[in-house]
Amino acid sequence: MQSTDKNVTQSITQVIAASSLGTLIEWYDFYIFGSLAVIIGQQLFPSDAGASALINTLAIFAAGFIVRPFGALVFGRLGDLIGRKYTFLLTLVLMGGSTFLIGLIPSYSSIGYAAPILVLILRLVQGLALGGEYGGAATYVAEHAPVGKRGFFTSWIQTTATLGLFLSLGVIVLTKNMLGAEAFADWGWRIPFLVSILLVGVSIYIRMKMHESPVFTKLKAEGKVSTNPLKESFQKKANFKMVLLALFGATMGQGVVWYTGQFYAQSFLENTCKLDFNESRYVLLWAILFATPFFVVFGSWSDKVGRKWIMLTGMLLGVICYRPIYQYFIDATNVKEFAKTELKSTSDPVVERTLVKDTKDSLITTTTLKTLNNGMTFKEAKIVTIPDAVTTFPEEQTVIKDVTLSGSSYIIIIALVFFQVLLVTMVYGPIAAFLVELFPTKIRYTSMSLPYHIGNGVFGGLVPFIATLVASFSGSTPLSGLWYPIGIAALSFVIGAVYIDNKGDENVAD
Amino acid sequence: MNALKKFLGIIWMLLGPIIIIFLFMQASEKIGLAAEGIARTNTTLQWSIIILIFIPICAGLVIFGYYGWKGEYEKLPGSSAEI
Repeated sequence: MQSTDKNVTQSITQVIAASSLGTLIEWYDFYIFGSLAVIIGQQLFPSDAGASALINTLAIFAAGFIVRPFGALVFGRLGDLIGRKYTFLLTLVLMGGSTFLIGLIPSYSSIGYAAPILVLILRLVQGLALGGEYGGAATYVAEHAPVGKRGFFTSWIQTTATLGLFLSLGVIVLTKNMLGAEAFADWGWRIPFLVSILLVGVSIYIRMKMHESPVFTKLKAEGKVSTNPLKESFQKKANFKMVLLALFGATMGQGVVWYTGQFYAQSFLENTCKLDFNESRYVLLWAILFATPFFVVFGSWSDKVGRKWIMLTGMLLGVICYRPIYQYFIDATNVKEFAKTELKSTSDPVVERTLVKDTKDSLITTTTLKTLNNGMTFKEAKIVTIPDAVTTFPEEQTVIKDVTLSGSSYIIIIALVFFQVLLVTMVYGPIAAFLVELFPTKIRYTSMSLPYHIGNGVFGGLVPFIATLVASFSGSTPLSGLWYPIGIAALSFVIGAVYIDNKGDENVAD
Repeated sequence: MNALKKFLGIIWMLLGPIIIIFLFMQASEKIGLAAEGIARTNTTLQWSIIILIFIPICAGLVIFGYYGWKGEYEKLPGSSAEI
C-alpha cells in the first residue's frame, strides 16, 4: 500500500513539475512586456509622446489581457474536445513563437507605425495562448490530484504566475546590469524576449512525454466527451449561473488584487514615486521571493477550512489597506520635501544640450545628484526649452528621477509590497481548486477558463491601464487610480460572501 | 440569507446599466476635455475599448442579478450531476 501511495505521489510530482514549468514560461513570456512597458513605449512611439506613450504601451499590454477570454473559449473548447495535453502544447508553441518575434521587431524610428501594429498583433496572439494555457494546466493537475489535497497540488500551478513575473524581472535586471542602461534601452531589452524560445523548447520536450489526464481519458473511453462544450457551458442555465458566480464572486476580485499587488505597485513606485528602475524591481523581487511559499500554504489550508473565506479575506484586506499603503509610498519617497531640511550634498551639474525633434528648439538639461542625510539619493533634472524664435521666453521645468531609498524606508516598502503579494497568495492560492470543483469534467476546461480569464485578463489586466488613466485626469490625486481595484474587490467580496458556499464538490471525476 | 440574495439580485440588475451610463458620462467628459487640450492626450481609443469590454460584462451582471432575484442561487449544486 505504501508503495502504491509513493508511486501515485511520484506521478503527481512529475505532473506538477511538467505542468508548472510550461505555465511558468508562459507567464514569463506574458509579463516581460509589462515589465518593460516604459522602454517599449520609448522604442515604439514618437520620442516626444511622454505620458501618452506609456498609456499607449499599457493599452497594448492590456490588449493581451483583453483577448485572454477569447483564448479561453477557443482553447477551452479544444481541450474539452480533444484533451488537455495537446491543447496546452499548442498554446505553449504559440506563446513562445510570438514572444520571440516581439524581440525581433524593428523600432519606431526604423519602420514607423508598423512597429506598434506588429507588436499589437503578436501581443494578441500571446493573450490568446495564455487564455488557453492556464485552464488546461490547472485542470490537468487537479484531475490527477487526490481528494483532500487538490488545493495543495494545484497551488503549485498558482505559484507559476508569480514566479513567471519573478523570472521576467530577474532576467531584465540581470540583462540591464550586464549591458548597462544605454545599451539595454537601445537593443538589450530584446534579449529577454529572445531568450524565451530556449525556455519554451525545453518545456515542449518535457510536456511531450506527459500522458493525458486520467479523468478525461476515462470520459473519452466511455464516449461521454462533450460534443459542443461552448453550448453546454453557456447556454445551459445550471452551468451558466455557476460561470457568472465564479466571475463576480471570486475571479473578478482575485484579478484586481493580483494585478494591484504585483503590477500596479511596481508601476506606481517607478512612475509616480520616481524610484530608480532597478530599485523598484528589487523591491518587487524581494517581496515575491518571501511571499511565494504562501501560495502553497493557503492552497493547502483551503483543503482543510474551505476555499471561500481565505479568498474573501484577501479581497477585504486589500479594500481596507490599499490607500494607506500607497500613501506611505508617496510620503516615503517625497525627496523634494526632504531636501528642504535634510540635504547632505549635491554633485556637480552635468549639462546636456539636445535639439527637439522636427524643430529648431533646443533642450538644455542640467542634472545634479543629491544625497540626503538619511542616505536617500535622487537626481534633479532642470530642463530648459530654448525656442528658436526669440518672441517667446524659455520654459523651465524640474524633474525628479532615479530615487534610491535608505535602509529603513527600503525595508518598510518591501514589507508593504510583500503584504500586497501575501494578499495575492490568499486570493490566488485556492482559486484553481475552487474553479475545478465548480464544473463537470466534460466542460471543465471551457467553463473554468472563461471566468478565470475575464477576472484576471479584463478586470485584473486593466488595473495598471485604468489606474494610470484615472490618475492622469485633471483634479485627480496619485491615489485616485486605486478606486478601481478597491471598488471591484469590494463588489466581489460582497457577492462572494453572500452567494458562494464554503463547501465545494470534492468529486472532480464526474 | 435567501431573502438577502434576492434583494441583492435587484441591486445587481440595477448596477449593470448604472455602470454603463457612468462609463459613458466619464468617457464623454474626459474625451471632451482632451479634445480641448493637446492632441496627444486624446483618450478616445482607450475609452472606446473600456466601454466595449464592459458592456457584455455588465450584461452578465444583470443576468446574474436576475438569477439571484429568481432564487437560482438559493441552493447551489452539490455535485456535477445537478448541473
